[in-house]
Amino acid sequence: MITPQADSPSEDRSTWQPEIIAFCCNYCAYAAADLAGARRMQYPPNVRIIHLPCTGKLAMEYILAAFERGIDGVLVAGCLEGGCHFQEGNLRARRRTDKVRQILDEIGVGAERLLMVNLSAAMAPTFVESVQKILQTVRDLGPNPLKAAGAAEGDPAHKGAVSP
Amino acid sequence: MIVASPKPIAELKDILERHDKVLFVGCGTCVTVCLAGGQREVGITAYAVRMARKLAGRPIEIEQVTIERQCENEFIQELAAAAERNEAVVSFGCGAGVQALAERLGDKPVYAALDTQFLGILEEQAVWTEKCLGCGQCVLAAFGGLCPVTRCAKRLLNGPCGGSTPEHCEVDDDRPCVWQLIYERLERIGQLDRLDEIVPPKDWQPSWSGGARKIVRQEHRI
Repeated sequence: MITPQADSPSEDRSTWQPEIIAFCCNYCAYAAADLAGARRMQYPPNVRIIHLPCTGKLAMEYILAAFERGIDGVLVAGCLEGGCHFQEGNLRARRRTDKVRQILDEIGVGAERLLMVNLSAAMAPTFVESVQKILQTVRDLGPNPLKAAGAAEGDPAHKGAVSP
Repeated sequence: MIVASPKPIAELKDILERHDKVLFVGCGTCVTVCLAGGQREVGITAYAVRMARKLAGRPIEIEQVTIERQCENEFIQELAAAAERNEAVVSFGCGAGVQALAERLGDKPVYAALDTQFLGILEEQAVWTEKCLGCGQCVLAAFGGLCPVTRCAKRLLNGPCGGSTPEHCEVDDDRPCVWQLIYERLERIGQLDRLDEIVPPKDWQPSWSGGARKIVRQEHRI
């Protein structure tokens, strides 16, 4: 494992607000988030939802790109196991997130910053709890160490890179 | 096809320690099919290496390009300008691809991003198995199209060892005994009599024993 050397966050921890991205499947987590809103359930405003047709659409590059751009934590929310509308998109997403967690550990960002959960469209409280859980984890960990290393100064130049 | 697997990010980071601007070169043939060194894998590895280097306080600039085949000169020529712009080249090709780049991009350091494994096939999604050693003298005709030289852990040519079972090899429970498979296959194609013949020890001269091999086919030379 590579130990990060840049360990002092560039911004003041007292004013720092974690930035979380939630990749949400259309058929469960996105609807659960919608339901949470309709039921006036409160969840932290730090999360930005990215709507996916299925978590099976989630490419590893999406998550890595988010972290490289300085996002503090990523939540991947897919259907309950056995409940994917595309048979096994959520199972594939699980394997991919496991691999990205391994990479994040290897490079020193930390696997804990990436969480995958399974839920149904009716499980608005679970969605809220999951957001709170990743937020709390990230708060405990502190800002993405790449921010301190200057990652958040703008999009890095990726010459020759292609969108997944 | 040639099957390879990615090196750990930490190893790649160490390899690139002395460079700040590198070119990652994917290969569009075997290693793309075995999901180790194609355009996507180059991209994923680039993300990881960039982040690892940023965290180490020494950002690295990575340019990415994937060519059709790294083992052919005409495709490598496309890389000349990009290689010129960078301090070093990281090949996501097999060992042949890496060496082809190193020979043709004379003044640039060229590094391997993959560990080349074997000649094999895809058994199911993301599962590859070795089928051929490239021993230089194919014996498949005598064994129903199944290679004991590659697939028998003891390279036996005259039947299975005493430790195998019909289900698996003695060496690895996860591996079938190729001699069981050879027997079943020869029975199925009505050639069990082939097993009556004693196979003499294999001639390893055409193999790697004398160092790297070379083939010249005069009829195709121009």
